[in-house]
Amino acid sequence: MTASSPTSLDYRLRVNGREHLVQDSWIGESLLYVLRERLGLPGSKGACEQGECGSCTVVIDGRAVCSCLVLAASAVDSSITTVEGLGADGALSDVQQAFIDAGGVQCGFCTPGFIVAVHHLLANTPEPSDNDIREALSGNICRCTGYGRILDAVQQVVVRRREAGTAS
Amino acid sequence: MSVAVPRTLDEAIELLASDPQATLLAGGTDLMVEVNLHGRRPTTVVSLARVPELSMWRIDDDHVVIGSGVPYAAMENGPLAEVLPALAEAARTVGSPQIRAAGTLGGNLGTCSPAGDGLPVLAALDATVELVSAQGLRSVPFAEFMTGVKRNSARPDEIIRAVVIPRHIGWQGYAKVGTRNAMVIATASVCLLRTDNRIAVAMGAVGPTILRAREAEDWIVDQTSLADRPSQAVIDEFAERVAAAARPIDDHRSTAAYRRHAVRVLARRLLERSYR
Repeated sequence: MTASSPTSLDYRLRVNGREHLVQDSWIGESLLYVLRERLGLPGSKGACEQGECGSCTVVIDGRAVCSCLVLAASAVDSSITTVEGLGADGALSDVQQAFIDAGGVQCGFCTPGFIVAVHHLLANTPEPSDNDIREALSGNICRCTGYGRILDAVQQVVVRRREAGTAS
Repeated sequence: MSVAVPRTLDEAIELLASDPQATLLAGGTDLMVEVNLHGRRPTTVVSLARVPELSMWRIDDDHVVIGSGVPYAAMENGPLAEVLPALAEAARTVGSPQIRAAGTLGGNLGTCSPAGDGLPVLAALDATVELVSAQGLRSVPFAEFMTGVKRNSARPDEIIRAVVIPRHIGWQGYAKVGTRNAMVIATASVCLLRTDNRIAVAMGAVGPTILRAREAEDWIVDQTSLADRPSQAVIDEFAERVAAAARPIDDHRSTAAYRRHAVRVLARRLLERSYR
């Protein structure tokens, strides 16, 4: 159970391998809000706040979910990975690099959600079919690119990882 | 103000017994939309996400037990999809992969929206809902569980533990109409079961609860043997009678006339598909 007072909550969250203390929070705060406004992790983006756009996608205990639909105080003792936790020491991950190379980024707002979703897909399905990719990204909306170059970026990662002999 | 994250079912039951007004949280895909956009202000929350007993499923000889906390993602493919293909078809239409990774059948039952994608399957397959509380366990047939729009017969101190779905020998399928193919709330949905000697058909989003078309089910058995494909005239008449059992309304999502048309088409399509 999280610590409670009449008006606020204190609890801990483990994000990108690091423990964070959340203090004096309101009970209804979403994980997205806490990440952005309390923990200094603004990579996850907020748009629809109802799980339709995928811009806030994070991975919690191996599941890619919308952080706007996670009650932050219920995510205690979970392993949370955000877009900030994907590249080593602040470097771009191979997926991020491929998005740049393929032109899969235009305004960039949806990009973090896509990046997390692609990492999650390839961690579980290293050799996805075109349909696998489309299905895995069906919960992420992009209004700029028309998706073609995003799909190209994913294929580039698959090929590069295959050539490098690293399945994940 | 508190958020409790119990680690056993007993602990969850105890928490709810001491505060039956607490808000139960499963996958969060309904509750958090209410909080984020519709001004819901919970004061005490009991999260069920870490209760292992609720995340189990089991396939027995004559029925399947699915814990209320099993996410839709687990029903899309694999062993559950093999024994419950209609549930798998329904699961695949729920939201997006992110929603299906979080959203649960128990949440669908707790919310009890007439548009809940899993619910027509439970109605057509005659599922039973298991409710637990400090008073013990009780099993409620789905038809008695859902009592109205977002209303069910669970008491405030009860937790939905699991759904028990009989394994029927026969064909089962699910179909849904919405404004597009993905990420959509049902405008109308139908689940159909056909065994050697009967048909069960349930409709979603066309009435205050999930509706069974009992008159149509009885009628078709009187007309024809189900062993072979009925004549087109019988299939069309069946679909007409299913549509007649709908009680749709006009609302922001669609019109009553379109919804009735949609269930007619879906019932016909599913019955035809069952003979392919």
